[in-house]
Amino acid sequence: MKKKNAVSSRNGLIQRMLLTPYSVWALLFIVVPLFFIAFYAFTDSQMHFTLDNMRKVFTYRISDEQTVPYYVMVFGKSFKLAVISTLICLLLGYPFAYRIAHASAKVQSILITVIMIPMWMNFLIRTYAWMVILQDKGILNSGLALLGLGPIHVIGTETAVIIGMVYDYLPYMILPIYSVMAKMDYKLLEAAKDLGCNSFGVLRRVIWPLSLPGVISGVNMVLIPSVSTFYISQKLGGKMKLIGDEIEEKYANFDFNGAAAIAFIMMVLLLVVMALLQHRATKRSVA
Amino acid sequence: MNKAKKIIELKNISKSFDGQKVLDNINLYIYDNEFLTLLGPSGCGKTTTLRIIGGFESADEGDVIFLGDRINDMPPHKRNVNTVFQRYALFPHLNVFENVAFPLREKKVPKAEINERVTEMLKLVALAGFEKRSVNSLSGGQQQRVAIARALVSKPSVLLLDEPLAALDLKLRKDMQQELKKIQKATGITFVFVTHDQEEALSMSDTVVVMSEGRIQQIGTPVDIYNEPKNAFVADFIGESNILDGVMLRDRKVSFAGHVFDCVDSGFELKEPVDVVVRPEDVDIVPEEKGMLKGVVTSVTFLGVHYEIIVDIDGFKWMIQTTDFVDVDEHIGLYIEPDAIHIMHKSEYSGMFGDYSSFSMELDEIGELEEENLEELGEAAAPESEADT
Repeated sequence: MKKKNAVSSRNGLIQRMLLTPYSVWALLFIVVPLFFIAFYAFTDSQMHFTLDNMRKVFTYRISDEQTVPYYVMVFGKSFKLAVISTLICLLLGYPFAYRIAHASAKVQSILITVIMIPMWMNFLIRTYAWMVILQDKGILNSGLALLGLGPIHVIGTETAVIIGMVYDYLPYMILPIYSVMAKMDYKLLEAAKDLGCNSFGVLRRVIWPLSLPGVISGVNMVLIPSVSTFYISQKLGGKMKLIGDEIEEKYANFDFNGAAAIAFIMMVLLLVVMALLQHRATKRSVA
Repeated sequence: MNKAKKIIELKNISKSFDGQKVLDNINLYIYDNEFLTLLGPSGCGKTTTLRIIGGFESADEGDVIFLGDRINDMPPHKRNVNTVFQRYALFPHLNVFENVAFPLREKKVPKAEINERVTEMLKLVALAGFEKRSVNSLSGGQQQRVAIARALVSKPSVLLLDEPLAALDLKLRKDMQQELKKIQKATGITFVFVTHDQEEALSMSDTVVVMSEGRIQQIGTPVDIYNEPKNAFVADFIGESNILDGVMLRDRKVSFAGHVFDCVDSGFELKEPVDVVVRPEDVDIVPEEKGMLKGVVTSVTFLGVHYEIIVDIDGFKWMIQTTDFVDVDEHIGLYIEPDAIHIMHKSEYSGMFGDYSSFSMELDEIGELEEENLEELGEAAAPESEADT
């Protein structure tokens, strides 16, 4: 018994030693920066404590006619576009993940590669490519013209931003759902059919609840970068400013306190959203 | 038992996977209220037969008839047939109650009735009080019971059981055999049970269907199958058998092992070559000079209730089970009563089974292990290893 303890405590020591580099890294590059964001958010340029930065985020208006404060509006728009993009990713990604998970091993690896390939290209190049496609005289409209349709105006609209985000983040939705579905026991689906479920019943009562962990992590992985996205909005949205762009602009203008305040609020909001999602998921799986 | 009503008929069913024939012209009637067992070694097609009845596979040829209607193309969820899967396939995201309630919720049964029926089912399988438990926290035997309750709660006409006891240890398996039989009696539902365990098949079934290589070898009651095997495969697969080449001299006279015996079989042609089955427990050991056959004991194994001895008679090794002790190298005589001799027509299995030349207990066990492993891989296995020389 004693010997066993000695062995396990030595294992514990090795484990701790292996964790050390990561712990240092996490402390330096995650915990310390988070602390600085909070610190800057609640201080002025003289490093005195203040709530002014926060107040500004909730009250600043470009003109007096604005009923909704400016940053609140930008937050709203960012969340709206992010939620729409996430839902579209889910609607497109879920059936695709299902299809991959039920293909033969060879087809699976081909399809996964196909999904990954766009991720090998730089994000700026991808965004520029979409500009070329979506321009008023771009590939999309010349294609439509060939069919005798269009032209349609996409570039500079919210639709264009959503298209860009969905394209960029779709793989992050597909992969976690796929990995959960690939592990699902096929016998469970047969059992559900056997017990009276048609295909939709099998999906609703077995596949969907069992794939929820994948859906939750997919939603997290798409929603969070979509909310804080920038650049896509500027290039495809016609100088549209989302909350990510506002933070970027403030940093660029050396308004660190203002940028930190917005970043801090966004972080809190995202934490709340994630906690709600997680809570709902666990509640459902217990019920 | 009322044998009048046919609940399921399989007519000329054939099925191939990747060009390999797994079912070859299966014809089978399943009657209402019976406990029918599909018995055979791995790869004999018993599970495929079950899956065709359940609707998970479709036959290449032939018809599946359910209460007079052809249901070849009916999907599983519309068949009034439920399955207990080999590894139970319980829904991990649902608790015990919800697993059992699953088919009722699909049918939109009123809540009060669901409560009542699930509670009643859980009582039937001795799991009352387990409603809120997670299925992952249950033992193998308990999971098994949940699977049975879930399959029975919607009152199917037929319950299909795919080697449901294979994953349980011996003691639990024996208990569950008793319990399954009890549940079948209590509910009056037709059970179609798949197993490779002949003892299980004999002890539980009303009807046993012995299968090999995609074909039905024999259908009968357990007593028929044991006492009147149709060919060397059945004789060997069910229990232990000494199977010898013989010649039918005329009705009730057969010659084998260099001796003419009285027997009770008739209706064979004159001088017809036959397979002769003598069960190890039906041979009496007598002093050498009084024996119909004479031989030398080559091995003795004590098995508790009896000894299992191997006797060499002119090069053919007999297995004999006896409560009398004899020693290795002892010369003994064998005495065989007429009704201990069973005569079978020659078949493709003649000469493959029934000689214990290479027999040893270990080999037997290894053979069984291999069989189970192969079963898991879903591969076709050679039927028996002990018969190889």
